[in-house]
Amino acid sequence: MSWSDWDTWIVIVGALCAASCAIPGCFLLLRGMSMMGDAISHAVLPGIAIAYLLTESRASLPMFIGAAIVGVLTAVFTQWVSRFGNVDRGAAMGIVFTTLFAAGLLILTQAADKVDLDAGCVLYGAIESVPMDMVWNDSVPRAALVVGSSFLLNLLFAFLFYKELRVSSFDAELADTLGFSSGLMHYLLMTIVAITTVAAFEVVGSIIVIAMLIVPPATAFLLTRRLSVLLLLRVVIGMLSSALGHWASSSVPAVFGFSQTTSSGMMAGAAGFFFLLAWLFSPQGGVITKRLKRRSQSA
Amino acid sequence: MKSFVDKETVAPDGEHPAELPLTVHDLTVSYNQKPVIWDVELNIPEGSLVGIVGPNGAGKSTLIKACLNLIPANSGKIEIYGKSYQENRQLVGYVPQRESVDWDFPVSALDVVAMGTYRQLGWFKRVGKKQKQQAMEALDRVGISHLAKRQISQLSGGQQQRVFLARALAQDAMLYFMDEPFSAVDAATEEAIIVLLKELRSRGRTCLVVHHDLATVSKYFDHLVMLNMRVVAAGPTDEVFTEENLRATYGGKLSVLDAAAEALKNVKHV
Repeated sequence: MSWSDWDTWIVIVGALCAASCAIPGCFLLLRGMSMMGDAISHAVLPGIAIAYLLTESRASLPMFIGAAIVGVLTAVFTQWVSRFGNVDRGAAMGIVFTTLFAAGLLILTQAADKVDLDAGCVLYGAIESVPMDMVWNDSVPRAALVVGSSFLLNLLFAFLFYKELRVSSFDAELADTLGFSSGLMHYLLMTIVAITTVAAFEVVGSIIVIAMLIVPPATAFLLTRRLSVLLLLRVVIGMLSSALGHWASSSVPAVFGFSQTTSSGMMAGAAGFFFLLAWLFSPQGGVITKRLKRRSQSA
Repeated sequence: MKSFVDKETVAPDGEHPAELPLTVHDLTVSYNQKPVIWDVELNIPEGSLVGIVGPNGAGKSTLIKACLNLIPANSGKIEIYGKSYQENRQLVGYVPQRESVDWDFPVSALDVVAMGTYRQLGWFKRVGKKQKQQAMEALDRVGISHLAKRQISQLSGGQQQRVFLARALAQDAMLYFMDEPFSAVDAATEEAIIVLLKELRSRGRTCLVVHHDLATVSKYFDHLVMLNMRVVAAGPTDEVFTEENLRATYGGKLSVLDAAAEALKNVKHV
């Protein structure tokens, strides 16, 4: 295959998406609420649909705001259902996000005659067409700016609240007694997750967002037990997944005689591949590493 | 008898506020409309080492958490050195149950202990040299400064408990609440913890400790709160740690009463 500027932009946008998901993804994983990203990325659909119906345009900003608001509401509703319904948080999440997603679908299909907004597009994204929408004298894809800004926002968030995130994720009650409200940190993080998810899924689709939020942190977690290294490693793994995924999307199917497949799907696949590698070969607890160690000990 | 001392008998000593470290008045807490603790009335004197005992479900942790404003109270008034918790929270330190956190969390022992200094830092400021120094000193006082760089999952149960205590030391509070610090620790750690508690007491600190092992109650604590939804008895250990009160606290649970009988034998030795 030949590599063009087009491919470079796709990889850069994918890498920025991955990097942007890195920070909230790590804290979601550490808080044992990995699927919150999944819930939010689906639940934002009614926000997008309503914003679209209200403004009757596909301008990004109103859709973005609508999605972000519903994203945060997902976290709030989940908290309510779990507290007042006395339901496990995972179940509460399942109830809230499927309901919201269904509402979004209903609104979309009801309005489908009038509008050109496709649910499939929301799910799978359109990373391959990213370089078609250029801004700044055709120099940068708009998507690169969107996910790039969300990456910078997350970087700033992690930098400012590093200590508060760490203590409230590790020991919420201690954080409360120290005067750092764990509830406030929870909603701050959820807002960041919502913004990140919405920014990224417009580009790569909601399914890849979930992969990028969770798989690279889980991989990094197999490799290190230091929070700062974890965050860094996770960004690197995400970026590598993006590059490998895009390359593989055109070269792997060719081996089997098929034409190329979707890049974002392969990016998620690549993230899974890195997880597999880490699981097998992690220096501390890799399956193969352990076996080799045992053999060298018995020899 | 419900209170340790009359408020008026505690003389102001100039250095600390004249008020008691902790007064609890008419405290009731419930979960889902079911009361967990009822009408709790406590006056804890300064510099005391207070054990909180009672059967499972007696509301020991609930009492502590309500004092720390972690769970809402239905009614009642809690005062820390004569003021509300919000006003005096900087005087309060907390050692949660060891099981309450995920020990796989990617932080080192030193990181966890340094969390005790976060309050003096406030929002946004980062842990600096001074805080690391404080954290190292606290680790040294619990005898595990050589483990500072270890990831916390690589520590034994006893060492993890020491990390929690070091974190409380780094907070440098006046009043400590500790939820079962002695649970599932090795003998050396238990000894280290009790030495530490007595040292805190000698420096005028007050500690409330949820405790399970009746056999060590009279050896460890100078004051005792016997709790079973209500305060059955509270006061100096040698006055309230009686068979009658144990029976009232633990009800008819035979195995526990056997342990209690054993414990009372120990009292006579002391």
